[in-house]
Amino acid sequence: MKLEMEGLTAGYGGKRVLDGISLSVKKGEILTLIGPNGCGKSTLLKTVGRILRPQGGCVLLDGKSVHSMNTAELAKQMALLPQTHSAPEDLTVEQLVRYGRFPHRKVFCGLDSHDCEVVENVLGMTRLEGLRKRNLSTLSGGERQRAWIAMTLAQEPEVLLLDEPTTFLDVCCQFEVLELIRMLNRTLNLTILMVLHDLNLAARCSHRLAAVKNARIRYCGPPAEIIRPEVLEDVFEIKAEIIDGPDHIPCFIPVASCKKGGDGK
Amino acid sequence: MNWSRIRTGRAWRGGVLFLLVLFACVAFLAGMRCGSLELSFGGILSTLWKGSAEDVNYQILWNIRLPRVLLGGLVGAALAISGAILQGVMRNPLAAPGIIGVSAGGGLAGILILLVLPQFSALLIPAAFCGALATAVCVYLLAWKRGVNPVRLILSGVAVASMLGAVSSTVLILNAEKVAGILDFTVGSLSARSWEQLHLVKWYLFGGAAAAMALSRKLNILTLGDEIAAGLGIHVERVRFLLLAVSALLAAAAVSVVGMLGFVGLIAPHMVRLILGSDYRLLIPGCALFGAGMVMACDTVGRMVMEPMELPVGVIMALLGPPFFLYLLRRGRSET
Repeated sequence: MKLEMEGLTAGYGGKRVLDGISLSVKKGEILTLIGPNGCGKSTLLKTVGRILRPQGGCVLLDGKSVHSMNTAELAKQMALLPQTHSAPEDLTVEQLVRYGRFPHRKVFCGLDSHDCEVVENVLGMTRLEGLRKRNLSTLSGGERQRAWIAMTLAQEPEVLLLDEPTTFLDVCCQFEVLELIRMLNRTLNLTILMVLHDLNLAARCSHRLAAVKNARIRYCGPPAEIIRPEVLEDVFEIKAEIIDGPDHIPCFIPVASCKKGGDGK
Repeated sequence: MNWSRIRTGRAWRGGVLFLLVLFACVAFLAGMRCGSLELSFGGILSTLWKGSAEDVNYQILWNIRLPRVLLGGLVGAALAISGAILQGVMRNPLAAPGIIGVSAGGGLAGILILLVLPQFSALLIPAAFCGALATAVCVYLLAWKRGVNPVRLILSGVAVASMLGAVSSTVLILNAEKVAGILDFTVGSLSARSWEQLHLVKWYLFGGAAAAMALSRKLNILTLGDEIAAGLGIHVERVRFLLLAVSALLAAAAVSVVGMLGFVGLIAPHMVRLILGSDYRLLIPGCALFGAGMVMACDTVGRMVMEPMELPVGVIMALLGPPFFLYLLRRGRSET
């Protein structure tokens, strides 16, 4: 499914956090939002995921406005994994994934055979079969993140929104999660819009990057066009050296901060 | 690890629910049996069966004991369900019916009626019920700011409860000579409650419990966090409002007939959660059974220990509950 944002503005109270953002994500594409803290990328993701109401503009999913759709119907097409989530201590992986079936279930009915099949598939895809009876609180960070992603997959979405899915994970787990995301993108043709902080990881797993700054999209394009010294200096206010990484994916090394004014020296 | 695997098993859950049913039944039977009138179960059954109005035993059993035990059970179930819902909605283990101001509001209304306007004491229950609900609405509105955030809700609940508590204390101090007569109401008591009180609140209690069951699956999703719940297609504010309304209704109905019976709404949900897990589809019936059994059992103990004097159920519960709860808490910790 194609996801489009048109002239999207949003904010909290009087403060404008998104200022006329237009962006479109093609079907089966991975687009990653990057940008400094507080630039509005998480707000953008939340607005697309209809957690926040936009003050202007619209988000279209295959031409239909997300904010006027029935929220349960939308949950069958678009799944969202926010940055923070909580779970009761004794929640098992399997139960969490079953919760992902919530939008598909009818009132006063249990899981039917199709629901169970989807749950099994998802547990298989995310390699969680062996952990299904474990409590979420006893898992490692990477396993837990896989379980949450599994829950979103159980919704059988065509569009997946992920807010910093690799935060708090060690390097290996970060890769594990991103490889899972790429695999899902390839095998299920999922359209993915996510926020990442690690630029090298973002460049490695995305088709396109969109750099957000001061409530607007400043640059948007394939990684090779975005991971460049001038762009990084403009967006992140750092001096960086770019090297040609494996598979000709650019790789950046920060050298110095060039923040003007402020408190830094 | 093995333990947690057993605890999530179907057999375990079924077994626990069965034990809870058994507990509630035993508490009910004990409540019917014990007291100043000692009859065998056979005697109780035949007396109730014959139902002759001249029989003193029948009068005691039918008009005093049965309604009192039933009311205790209903109120206990209502408070426990209310507490369980609030703990889920607020995602806070310290939440209890008191936290949304229900006890303080119902208590103040009750105290005012009993002390300042004794000529209206026939209106005690409706007044306490309205006071409790009105306070809950106030707390909700005060916490509203583009949606209700659980932390804000808890804090405004604490603030409102403390203010109403101060007013209650003032009324009590100004009427110090009459306070002894309403002590029952301020700690929670089932003494002298009969069919009349039961009939006044039963539909609120049954309706509230049914609504709680109907919302249990959504409550499960809501405990995963607001954003996850919204992503799964839940109208977060609407569902949260419904859940708060149901728990306020249950607690208000309970408080209006027994007074400020606090403990059961806080502790019963925790106890049931420790043995049954936190799936609300099971937790709500579990809490209902356990809360009912707890209040019926404590009331029976309260009638027995200092015969012929009676200790209010609230006092017994606050005395006996914590040791048992702490035991469960420590046991639960060491095994997970």
